[in-house]
Amino acid sequence: MERIDNVFYSYANKSSGLIDPEGIEALCSDLEVDHTDVRILMLAWKMKAEKQGYFTLEEWRRGLKALRADNVHKLKKALPELEKEVKRPTNFVDFYSYAFQYCLTEEKQKSIDIESICQLLDLALGFQFRAQVDYFIDYLKIQSDYKVINLDQWMGFYRFCNEISFPDLSNYDPELAWPLILDNFVEWLRAKQT
Amino acid sequence: MEIELEQGWEIVLRGFNKLKNIVEGLPEPQFTSEDYMKLYTTVYTMCTQKPPHDYSQQLYDRYRESIEDYITSTVLPSLREKHDEFMLRELVKRWTNHKVMVRWLSRFFHYLDRYFIARRSLSPLNEVGLTCFRNLVYLELNGKVRDAVISLIDQEREGEQIDRALLKNILDIFVEIGMGQMDYYENDFEDAMLKDTAAYYSRKASNWIQEDSCPDYMLKAEECLKREKERVSHYLHSSSEPKLLEKVQNELLSVYGNQLLEKEHSGCHALLRDDKVNDLSRMFRLFSKIPRGLEPVSSIFKQHVTGEGTALVKQAEDAASNKKSVGLQVFVRKVIELHDKYLAYVSDCFQNHTLFHKALKEAFEIFCNKGVSGSSSAELLATFCDNILKKGGSEKLSDEAIEETLEKVVKLLAYISDKDLFAEFYRKKLARRLLFDKSANDDHVTDLTLARENQTSFEEYLGNNANANPGIDLTVTVLTTGFWPSYKSFDLNLPVEMVKCVEVFREFYQTKTKHRKITWIYSLGTCNLIGKFEPKTMELIVTTYQASALLLFNTADRLSYSEIMAQLNLTDDDVVRLLHSLSCAKYKILIKDPNTKTISPTDSFEFNTKFTDKMRRIKIPLPPVDEKKKVIEDVDKDRRYAIDASIVRIMKSRKTLCHQPLVMECVAQLGRMFKPDIKAIKKRIEDLISRDYLERDKDNPNLFRYLA
Repeated sequence: MERIDNVFYSYANKSSGLIDPEGIEALCSDLEVDHTDVRILMLAWKMKAEKQGYFTLEEWRRGLKALRADNVHKLKKALPELEKEVKRPTNFVDFYSYAFQYCLTEEKQKSIDIESICQLLDLALGFQFRAQVDYFIDYLKIQSDYKVINLDQWMGFYRFCNEISFPDLSNYDPELAWPLILDNFVEWLRAKQT
Repeated sequence: MEIELEQGWEIVLRGFNKLKNIVEGLPEPQFTSEDYMKLYTTVYTMCTQKPPHDYSQQLYDRYRESIEDYITSTVLPSLREKHDEFMLRELVKRWTNHKVMVRWLSRFFHYLDRYFIARRSLSPLNEVGLTCFRNLVYLELNGKVRDAVISLIDQEREGEQIDRALLKNILDIFVEIGMGQMDYYENDFEDAMLKDTAAYYSRKASNWIQEDSCPDYMLKAEECLKREKERVSHYLHSSSEPKLLEKVQNELLSVYGNQLLEKEHSGCHALLRDDKVNDLSRMFRLFSKIPRGLEPVSSIFKQHVTGEGTALVKQAEDAASNKKSVGLQVFVRKVIELHDKYLAYVSDCFQNHTLFHKALKEAFEIFCNKGVSGSSSAELLATFCDNILKKGGSEKLSDEAIEETLEKVVKLLAYISDKDLFAEFYRKKLARRLLFDKSANDDHVTDLTLARENQTSFEEYLGNNANANPGIDLTVTVLTTGFWPSYKSFDLNLPVEMVKCVEVFREFYQTKTKHRKITWIYSLGTCNLIGKFEPKTMELIVTTYQASALLLFNTADRLSYSEIMAQLNLTDDDVVRLLHSLSCAKYKILIKDPNTKTISPTDSFEFNTKFTDKMRRIKIPLPPVDEKKKVIEDVDKDRRYAIDASIVRIMKSRKTLCHQPLVMECVAQLGRMFKPDIKAIKKRIEDLISRDYLERDKDNPNLFRYLA
C-alpha cells in the first residue's frame, strides 16, 4: 500500500496532490507507452478515473491494487493482461461507454465535438473494427447535420459494428431504432458503393 | 258377403283396364259414381275381411305389379321407338298419363293408404306409383332426355325457335320425380347443362375476344346474360339461375376479363379517354358480378385519373416556365374541374362503389401533392382562395359562386398531406386581406374594430393637444400580436417628418396603457406623397419604405444604391425591391443610371423631374416579399413542436414502447394536419432522449422508456 502511494507521489503534482497531464506524460514514457495509446485509457477505466488527464490518489490506489502492481515495472507487465480483460465482450461495452464519458470535460456537457469523437473512435474501436471506424470517421468529417455526438449515438455505433454485416450492410434496417446519424451513414455508404 | 281374392281382383282389374283405355285416349266412357263406388267398396271389403281373407298385402303388391306391367308392356316400348323431340313429347304424354292413372288408382285403393301402409310403415300408394315410373322409365331414359334437352337449348341459343313449353314440361319431370328432393334434377340434368353452357360460351368468347371491340363484346355479354336469365324463367327451374349465370359470367368475363379491359383501342383506358360513359357503366355492371372483377377496372381508372392530373401539373409547369403567372390560377381551376368530372363518373358510371372512391382519392393524392414550379400545392390552393376572396383579385365571382368554389377547394384539401402548410399560407393571406382590403368587413374582426376606435381616440387627442400635432395626417392601426401572423420589423430609418409622427403616437398611446409595448411594422404602412414634378404636381400613393426612399431626394439630387441603403438601413432584398418599383416598373419616379432593367449595387438614382401621367393620383405598387420561405420555415418549426408533443403524449401514456409502433402512432396522430417525415420523427426522438424525456432501454435498443 505504501509503495503504491509512493509511486503516486512520484508522479503527482506537488501543489494539487493529483497526477496531472504532465505527470501522466511522465508515467507514459516510463511505461514506454505513447500517451495517446488506448492502454492509458484502459488504465483510467480500471481506475474509474473521473476527470480526463488527472488521477486522484484514490483512483490510483484502486487501479494499481486491482492490477496487483506496486511499481512501474509491474504496472507495465500488467498492461497486456489489462488489454485482454478490457477486450472481453462483457467488459468492453462498459469500457466503450466509459471512454465517451471520460471525455466530457464540462459539468453539464452531454456531447463531444466531431473532431474529438473521431480520435476517440480510432482509439477505442480502431483495433477491433478498423474498416467501419475508418469509413465512419470519413463520413463524420464530411457531413454537416451533426456538430456533436451524444452518448446514444456513440453506443449506437458500437452496436452497429457488432450487429451489421460490413461492408455489404445487408441486414441494416432503417425502420428500426438506429440513431438517425447511422441511417444517414448507411445511405452515404450505399451511394458510394453503386 | 265375403269376397275371394281372385274374385275381387277381377273387379279391380276391370277398373284398371278401363282407366288404361281412358288414359290412352281410346273410346271409353268415363267412370260413373257407381263404378267408383264399386271399386272402392271392393277394395275396402277385401281389406276389412277377417283373416285369412284380409287381402291388404296382396292388394298392395298387385297394385304395384299392375303398374309395372303396364309400364313395361306399353309405356316403355312406345318411348323406346322415338327419338329427340318426338321422344320428349311422348315422355311428357306418358308422364301426364301416369300421374292421372296413379291418382285414380290411389282413389280406388284409398283404404290401403288409410290404414294398411301406416300400420306397416310402407310407402303410400302415390309414391309407389311414381317410383315405378322412375325406376322403369326415368332411370332408363333420363340420359337420352337430357341430351335432347341440352341440344334444344343450344339450338335456341343459336337463334332457332324451340318449343319452350315442351322443355318446361320435361324439366318438371326431373323435378317431380325427386318427390320433394332436387337431386334428380341437379345430378341428371343440371350438372350436364351447366357444363354444356360453359363449353358453349367458352367457344363464343374465344371468338368474340379476337374479333370484337371491348364495347361490342360487352354488349354481347350483357345480351347473353339477359337471355340466359329469360331461359330460366321460361323453362329451367329457378334454382338453376345463380349457377347458370355464374357459369356464363365466368366464361365471358372472368376468363377474358383482363384481355377485354386491356384491349388497345377500345379497352378501359380508351373508354375513359373518350368519355364513353355508357360503355363504362356497362363495364361496371358486368364486372361487378364476377369475383374481384372490379379491382382491375378501378385500377385502370386510378391510372387514368392520375395521368390526367399529372398532365395538368406538367401543363402548369410549362406555363410557369414561360412566365405566365395566370397559369397557376388556371391550374387549380382545372384540377377542380377534373375532380368534378371524375367524381361524377364515380357516382354515375360506378354507382358510388367504394373501390372507385378509393381509386379517385389515391389518384388525386398522387398528383395533388406534386408542387408546380417550386410552389407546393398547399400554397397554390391558398393563393387560389386568396384570389377569389380578395378585392381586385383575378376572379370576379358572385357570393354564391365564391362559396361553391371554396367548397370544392375544401374537397381538394382532403388530398393534400401538408394541410398545416395550407393553413399557414391561408392565415397569412387572410391577414393581408383584412389589413388592406378596404372593402373587407371589419366588424367581424374585433382587433380591427378596436384599432379603429383607437384611431378615433388618437385624433381626439391631437385635436386637444395642438403642439403634439406632427403636421402630417397620421392613421395608425394597432394590432394585438397573438392574433396576427408574425411580421418582422426592421429598423427603418424614417424620414424626419415621420419620426415626429411616431413619437406623437407613442406619447398618446402611453396615456392609454402603460404596460404595452408597441413595435412598428413599417413594411405594412402606406404613404400619400405630393410630388412636385415639372409638368404637373401629382399625388403618389406608396408604401412607407418607398416614401422614405423618395424623401431622401428632397435633400440630394443624386444618390447611389449604397448611399440609399445606408441611409434607410434596410437589407439588400428590400432596397432592390423598392428601387425597382420606383425606377424600372411602370412609373419611373426615379431615373436609374445605367438604364438597365434590374437593380445592381453599382447603380445611381436621380429624381425624375419630368415624370408625368394623365392621372393626378397614382398608386405605385410594391410587390410583397415572397413570404413562402418564411411560411415554410414557420410550419417546419410548428411541426417539430407537434411531433415532440405527440411523441411525449404517446410515451407518457404507454410508459414503454418500441420504435416502430411509436413511429406509427405518431404518424396516425398527426395525419390530420400533415404527413410527418420518418426521419424527422427519429430526430425528435433523439432530441427528446438528450433532453431526458425518454431513454433507450439498455437491453433492447428498439425500446424506449418514458422518464417521468
